[in-house]
Amino acid sequence: MIIASLAFYLFSFIAVVSALNVIFQRNPVHSVLWLILTFFNAAGLFLLLGAEFLAMILVVVYVGAVAVLFLFVVMMLDINVAMIREGFMKYLPVGAFIGIVLLVELALVFGGWAMSPEAQALRLAPTPDLTQIPNTEALGRIMYTQYVYVFQAAGLVLLVAMIGSIVLTMRRRVGVRKQDISTQVNRRAEDTVEVVKAEVGKGIA
Amino acid sequence: MAEFINGYLIPFAWILGKILLFVLPLLVAVAYVTYAERRIIGAMQMRIGPNVVGWFGLLQPFADAVKLLTKETVLPTGSSPVVFFLAPMVTFSLAMIAWAVIPVNEGWFISNINVGILYLFAVSSLGVYGIVMAGWASNSRYAFLGAMRSAAQMVSYEVSIGFVMISVLLTAGSLNLSEIVMAQKGMWYFIPHFPMFVIFFVSVLAETNRHPFDLPEAESELVAGFMTEYSSMSFALFFLGEYANMIMMSGVVTILFLGGWLAPFDIAILNAVPGIVWFALKISFCLFLMIWVRATFPRYRYDQLMRLGWKVFLPLSLIWLVLTAGFLVYTGRVPV
Repeated sequence: MIIASLAFYLFSFIAVVSALNVIFQRNPVHSVLWLILTFFNAAGLFLLLGAEFLAMILVVVYVGAVAVLFLFVVMMLDINVAMIREGFMKYLPVGAFIGIVLLVELALVFGGWAMSPEAQALRLAPTPDLTQIPNTEALGRIMYTQYVYVFQAAGLVLLVAMIGSIVLTMRRRVGVRKQDISTQVNRRAEDTVEVVKAEVGKGIA
Repeated sequence: MAEFINGYLIPFAWILGKILLFVLPLLVAVAYVTYAERRIIGAMQMRIGPNVVGWFGLLQPFADAVKLLTKETVLPTGSSPVVFFLAPMVTFSLAMIAWAVIPVNEGWFISNINVGILYLFAVSSLGVYGIVMAGWASNSRYAFLGAMRSAAQMVSYEVSIGFVMISVLLTAGSLNLSEIVMAQKGMWYFIPHFPMFVIFFVSVLAETNRHPFDLPEAESELVAGFMTEYSSMSFALFFLGEYANMIMMSGVVTILFLGGWLAPFDIAILNAVPGIVWFALKISFCLFLMIWVRATFPRYRYDQLMRLGWKVFLPLSLIWLVLTAGFLVYTGRVPV
């Protein structure tokens, strides 16, 4: 068990350090790279908890897809660090105000924290024995039986978001010569090529 | 003390030994894939290929390695040094760590985890970082354009790779790679899933940036793409990483579709051959196909590449997934 607790301290230490680095790095691309390291260590913590499916999905979804898009966008921004520093004092009061409001809200939320009796009952509900069936199967069984409607609703929300983003970014441009595979395949030599006997000295008119 | 030795030291040494047993043959294989590629393409183009260093040019990979080692490492001005040197390391080590879960014979693996196929998917989806980091850190137009192309390309083809993997694991009923191989005992999955086999192989070509999808390093337009600014050892790591990735993805194809270490027919003579020999032969077959494709097809244009990924492979693999699930349910073959 020593190894497990050592691994826990290693993962959580690196996770905290890299999360702090996400905020303190001046270069936004470096921030994203630190964020990726944070995700990795969170996945490691999931592994230590025995939640191997969640760990892998965290890496696939967040590191493999979301962070790639982050990096993609941030890389293309031409951010001048000196110009950001210039406005620092000007924006400080507004930023500090928003920060204080958020802090008070968080304090209010956590001050009035109470566990609902239903959630308490859910926690007591028997989970399948993880030595008998794998983690993934246990998750699948509960997700596709008890919570199937919630699962479907989440899928619908994602679908709406996807359609929305496509509609927002779609623009029809005129004068674009797009490749049409079927017309290319259906083109025959006789449609386009004509063999003409040209007389010497006259050519074809 | 005895508990410490028996409980920690011996397992640790055993794991370390297993890792060495995987990595050393892999590195030799990587060296000889580069040689094989030059010889095979040479033969296909009616040339000879490298034949001077050593017998039949067999020492050529080592000569190349020594040459690259003794060259000067150049760091471009305005680049980001840490990220610049991190990028080739990331590419190379990602190609190596995937082998932690790949079973090369019955019971021959470093780790037999229950979510092996997800682990492979996760590792292959990280491959894009090496390239994007290299492109950004180089502070060069060509490298940056190459990195942007590659990010879009690899993310697009990952989607269809994911769907193909789901079809296979639905049929096998497990995420464990050894169990997926054992489920193919009667019939290798490339027979029932033949269209998916083709889609997966083409997606693998795109995922490893091989011809005809080597747009991130298209030399006719981008010099060498994301590798433009790299020299000496950092270039060598990218180069080795690319070929190690090819071998790794061939291993994945072998496990998912070609029955892993299983012999082609269940006959005593064929079963007597050790499983690792079959595994190596199948990987070599996939590698040969990749090299053959390189010698045969012209490079895709970028919009054609995107069209193929999103408008052809994605719907096809999605439809096939629904068909597979429907077939399994209605014939009562759902594995429990």
